[in-house]
Amino acid sequence: MKINRAMPGTHNRMGMQILLLLLIITFCVFPFYWMVTTSLKTQLLALKSPPVWLFEPTFQNYTEVLTKDGVAKTLINSLIVAVSTTMLAITLGCPAAYALARFEFRGKRDLWFWFITNRMVSPIVLALPFFLIVRKIGLLDTHLVLILIYLTFNLPIVIWICTDQFRSVPFELNEAAMLEGASPFRIFRSICLPLAMPGVAVSAIFSFIFSWNELMYALVLTRNSAKTAPAMAVSFMEGYNLPYGKIMATSTLIVIPVIIFSLIASKQLVRGLTMGAVK
Amino acid sequence: MSAVSVKRSTLIGFLGPSIFALLAIGIVPLLYAVWTSLHYFNLTKLKNVEFIGIENYATVLTDSVFWQAMGRTFTLLGIALPIQIALGLGIALLLHQPGLSFLKTLTRLSLVLPMATTYAVVGLLGQVMFNIKYGVINQLLGFVGIEPVNWIGDPTNAFALIIFWDIWQWTPFVALVLLAGLTTVPAEIEEAAKLETKRWYTVLRYVQLPFLIPGLTAVLILRTADTLKLFDMVFTLTRGGPGASTELISLMIQRVGFRAFDQGLASAQAIILLIITIILSQLYIRLLYKEVG
Repeated sequence: MKINRAMPGTHNRMGMQILLLLLIITFCVFPFYWMVTTSLKTQLLALKSPPVWLFEPTFQNYTEVLTKDGVAKTLINSLIVAVSTTMLAITLGCPAAYALARFEFRGKRDLWFWFITNRMVSPIVLALPFFLIVRKIGLLDTHLVLILIYLTFNLPIVIWICTDQFRSVPFELNEAAMLEGASPFRIFRSICLPLAMPGVAVSAIFSFIFSWNELMYALVLTRNSAKTAPAMAVSFMEGYNLPYGKIMATSTLIVIPVIIFSLIASKQLVRGLTMGAVK
Repeated sequence: MSAVSVKRSTLIGFLGPSIFALLAIGIVPLLYAVWTSLHYFNLTKLKNVEFIGIENYATVLTDSVFWQAMGRTFTLLGIALPIQIALGLGIALLLHQPGLSFLKTLTRLSLVLPMATTYAVVGLLGQVMFNIKYGVINQLLGFVGIEPVNWIGDPTNAFALIIFWDIWQWTPFVALVLLAGLTTVPAEIEEAAKLETKRWYTVLRYVQLPFLIPGLTAVLILRTADTLKLFDMVFTLTRGGPGASTELISLMIQRVGFRAFDQGLASAQAIILLIITIILSQLYIRLLYKEVG
């Protein structure tokens, strides 16, 4: 390093690096900047051509979408659905992950492969029959339907991340507990689960983010009473005079919780998004 | 040996609930889709549901619209993925260099933003930023003397726009995956190699690349699956238009099923898509994930 610093041209290289890094940051952040600033413009200002960069911000769009257009209700719907499906996925997925990590049984590999395939299946494949079934039994436009169908992608995430996590718990602890005569469930619940909490938390965050972001199922399976926030944002897009400020205000409200969660989990993000394939 | 044999009832207790859940919400609807796909099943003419055998499948397999949508989906993947890998690798190598740690932490955090953005919101942002009249992109292009471009209304430009946003959203993902790979290269080996040669690509090719392979495979698999699934962003940005120029496979099936109401035909399309997906993921997953046990 010291040798490098003394070499000619190092200053240029450092400058080049700084420039590139700033470029990357701008590229990533600019759309956000534009989303937030547009959400603070009046409709008149948003439709200025060319666009205005400096203006007096107003929260009018936010108060309007939250109180008049019912975005508040759709945000609550999104929250109910995302939290419930995450809790359900954790409750069902953790024991399964534990079994895949700790128990020996026939067909383990096939079962695990089947779990993986669920991650690859396009939602449109399930959206069609789910719509018909749900319509028949009168559950269209309910939270329950979304909570259940979101399990198709949340359960695999929880199982994968947690299987990995359970494997990293020292096996000697299991052996010691078995010698003490503890039941398998007891060992899982009282010894391994507490130690696997970091993985459980990460999978919960992912499960929440994916459910919160989902659009297609929400579009197909809800109408009014269970409509989620992304579906609401899309419904602003109908008609000719698009309310840009309102659309961007709703978008900002949708994106902010996800950003916060992602930044909290940013260290585990790669692991989560690759299903543990990359550490 | 780090696994034990347990009683059957214990196994069922642990695995049963999630297997049952995935059967009920995944497999049962799928079987129903197979049933639907063998019928003439139009939502507007539910009195006329009738068994027609494999006619829907014959229609799909010879339907140029279906294969064009499939072709567009793979064109998107074929253009966007190499760019994402090239840019992602560049960013990863840059972040892997020593020094400037504050700015690099800042960069890593901003890379998280695109990935976390709700896909539907990306499309909406696209509409706002690339609007021919009010859009900021045409304004910026104007500063360097480029005439306003009709991004969303022109078939070729609209497709380019989809590619652009896909690159914006997923290059950070590739970059972070590859950066994670770079950090697994043992520091001694990397330093020794850097003493041997001044050429960075020699180090990349012979020292770092082997450590990047798992990440690259993961990227390949997941980007393929996600492109086949891609719906939200394109739906909110172009709705598949103008014409059918950005109608990817999942948008097309959604249109046939929910806007043309032909659930029978759409189900057949979905089943064929599923078969293609399963073949691809069989091929891919066996390459990547280490086996359980």
